[in-house]
Amino acid sequence: MLTLEKRPQPSKFWTYMTPLVAVIVTMIAGGMLFAALGKNPFTAIGTIFWEPLFGEFSFYYRPQLLVKGGPLILIAIGLSLGFRAGIWNIGAEGQYIIGAICGAAVGLAFYPAESWIIFPLMVIAGALGGLLWAMIPALLKVRFGTNEILVSLMLVYVAEQLLASMSLGLLKNPEGFGFPGSRNFQQYASGHNAELITGSGMHWGVVAAFIAVIFAYILLNRHILGFHIRLTGQAPRAARFAGVNPKLLVVFCLGASGALAGLAGLFEVSGPSGQISIDFNSGYGFTAIIVAFLGRLHPVGILLAGLLMALTYIGGEIAQSNLGLPAAAIQVFQGMLLFFLLAIDMLTNYRIKLTNRRVA
Amino acid sequence: MDLSSISPVLLLASLMVAATPILIAALGELVVERAGVLNLGIEGMMITGAICGFAVAVETGSPLLGFIAAAIGGALLSLLFVLLTQFALANQVASGLALTLFGLGLSALLGQKYVGVKPPPIAKLHIPVLSDIPFFGPVLFSHDIVVYLGLALVVAVWYMLKYTRAGLILRGVGENHDAAHALGYKVIRVRIMAITFGGACAGVGGAYISLIRVPQWTEGMTAGAGWIALALVVFASWKAGRVMLGAYLFGGVTVLQLNLQAAGVSIPVEYLSMSPYVITIIVLVIMSADKSRAPASLGRIFHATQ
Repeated sequence: MLTLEKRPQPSKFWTYMTPLVAVIVTMIAGGMLFAALGKNPFTAIGTIFWEPLFGEFSFYYRPQLLVKGGPLILIAIGLSLGFRAGIWNIGAEGQYIIGAICGAAVGLAFYPAESWIIFPLMVIAGALGGLLWAMIPALLKVRFGTNEILVSLMLVYVAEQLLASMSLGLLKNPEGFGFPGSRNFQQYASGHNAELITGSGMHWGVVAAFIAVIFAYILLNRHILGFHIRLTGQAPRAARFAGVNPKLLVVFCLGASGALAGLAGLFEVSGPSGQISIDFNSGYGFTAIIVAFLGRLHPVGILLAGLLMALTYIGGEIAQSNLGLPAAAIQVFQGMLLFFLLAIDMLTNYRIKLTNRRVA
Repeated sequence: MDLSSISPVLLLASLMVAATPILIAALGELVVERAGVLNLGIEGMMITGAICGFAVAVETGSPLLGFIAAAIGGALLSLLFVLLTQFALANQVASGLALTLFGLGLSALLGQKYVGVKPPPIAKLHIPVLSDIPFFGPVLFSHDIVVYLGLALVVAVWYMLKYTRAGLILRGVGENHDAAHALGYKVIRVRIMAITFGGACAGVGGAYISLIRVPQWTEGMTAGAGWIALALVVFASWKAGRVMLGAYLFGGVTVLQLNLQAAGVSIPVEYLSMSPYVITIIVLVIMSADKSRAPASLGRIFHATQ
C-alpha cells in the first residue's frame, strides 16, 4: 500500500528537481501525443527543443527567444508575487491588452511629432493602464470582498471587446484604407520599441523583464514587504499576528502584476507586433501562469521557465511549418507541462511510503 | 434603430436556451463546491464537452449520444483534476487553471476537422395542449429536452442536498472534512464522486452550446461561460434555486444584448458584447457581501494522517 507522509519541511532536492522532472515527463507524454497524431515523436520533440537553438536557421530563431520570452517573464514575475500570497490575478491577459491600448494611444496622440520624450511617456501610460485595470479587482476585493479570480478573468473578455472597438474605431489608422488596426509603430521612430542591438532580439521589454527579475529577487529576499508576501502565503494566521495588512498586500500584488502586464503589452505593441489590431493579444497572459508555476514562483526560476516556454512557442511554430503539427498540439503540450508540474510537486512536501496497512 | 423588431415571445424563449448551458454547468460546480472542492476548470471541461458532444453527434447522427459523450468527456477531464487535487494534493486554484488551459488546447486539437460542419438538429418538444397556449406555449413549453433536463436537475440537486442522507454527508465533508473523516466518512471518495458529477455537468453544458445554442464548432466557443457559471455559484450563495435565478438573469442579459445588436442600437457592438461580463462583475460585487454561506472547507486540502 502506497501512502503519503508529510515531510517536516519541504524537500530542497525536489524543489529544484520538480520542474526538470516535469519537463522530461512532458516530453515523453508529448512525444506520445505527437505519435498519436502520426508524427515521428523524436523528430517532433527535436524540432521543438533543438531546432530553434542549434538548428540550421538558429541565427533567426535565437533572437526570437528573447522576443517571446520577454513578455512572458515580465508578466509571470508580477503574477508570482500574488500567487505566493494566495492572491490570484488570472486576468493578466486583460491588463496586457489595456496596457497596450493606453500606451499606443499616447504614442499615436503625438503622431507625427518626433521627440525622445514620447517613448518614455508611452511606457508610463502602458504601466498605468495595466495598473488601473488590475485595480478594479483589487479595490473590489478590498472594499467588498469580491473574488479577485472571477473579476480579473471577466475583465479579460471586457478588455478583448475594448481592443476590438479600439482597432475598429478610435485608434484605427486613418490612412489604413479602411482596414482595422492602428498605425504601425515600426514606421514611427519616436514611438518604436526597436531592437537595441540589431539581430539580438533585445528590445526595451526584454531589458524591463531582466530588471523586474532583479527587483523581484531583492523584494522577496531583502525587503519587509516581500517577507510579508511570503509569510501570508505560508502561514496566513501567523501573518495576521505579525501585523501584515492583507488589504495592502492585495492592492500591491494586483497592482504590481497589472503594471508589469501593462508594460509587457506596451513593449509588444510598440515593438514586435507594431500595431493595435483585433487579434493583437496572443495568450501571453495565460501562458505566463504556467511560466510562474514552472519557475516555482522564484524570480530566477521564472527567468529560466520563461525562456523554456518561449522555446516551445518557437519550436512549435517550426514544427507547424515543417511537420504539419497542429498549433493546438503545442497548446496541449504547454497545458500538460503545468499538469505534470503540479502532480510531481507533491514530492516536495510529501514522501511516498510503502506501508503494510493492517485492519484494526 | 428599431426596437419594435424585438419580439418579447422570442426573447423570453431564447432566454431559456441561453441560460441552459451555464445553468447545468453551475449546478455541477455547486455540488463540487458543497463538497469543499473549488474546481476552476469548468471552462476547460465545458469546451471539452462541447467538442466531444459535437464530434460524436456528427459521427453518429444522434444528438443524444453526443450529450452522453459530452458528459463522459467532461467527467474524464475532471478525473485529471481528481488526480491532482485528491491524490497529488496539489493547490486547487492552480490545478483548476491547468485544467482550463489544457482543455482549451485539447478541444482545439480534437475539433480541427469539425470546423464548419453542421451538427444533426435536435427535435423541439411539442407537448399537446401546453405548447399551444398563446405566449406561454412558445416561451415555456416548446424547447428541446435538455432545457427541461436542466430544470429537473435544479430540483434534483436541491432535493439531494437538502433532504437526503447522501446530501447531508456531502455537505458535512464540505463544511468540515476532518470531522467527517473522524466520523468514518470517506472524504476523498465523496469528493471524487462530486468532482466527476461536476465534470459531467460541465460537459453537457458545453455540448449544449455547440449542438443547440450556436450550433457549430469554433475554437474557444464557450467564451467564458465556464467562468460565468463559477460566478453564478457565488451569486447563488451555494443554493440550487438561486443558481436558476442567476442563470436566467444572465441568459436574459445575453439575449437582450444580442437582440439590441440585431436591432441596430446606436451603442457599438463591442460595448454590447461586453455587457454580460460587466453585469456578472456587478452582481458578484453585490452578492459578495454575504460570505457566510460558503462551505467552510472550500478549497482546503484534505490529507488523512493515520
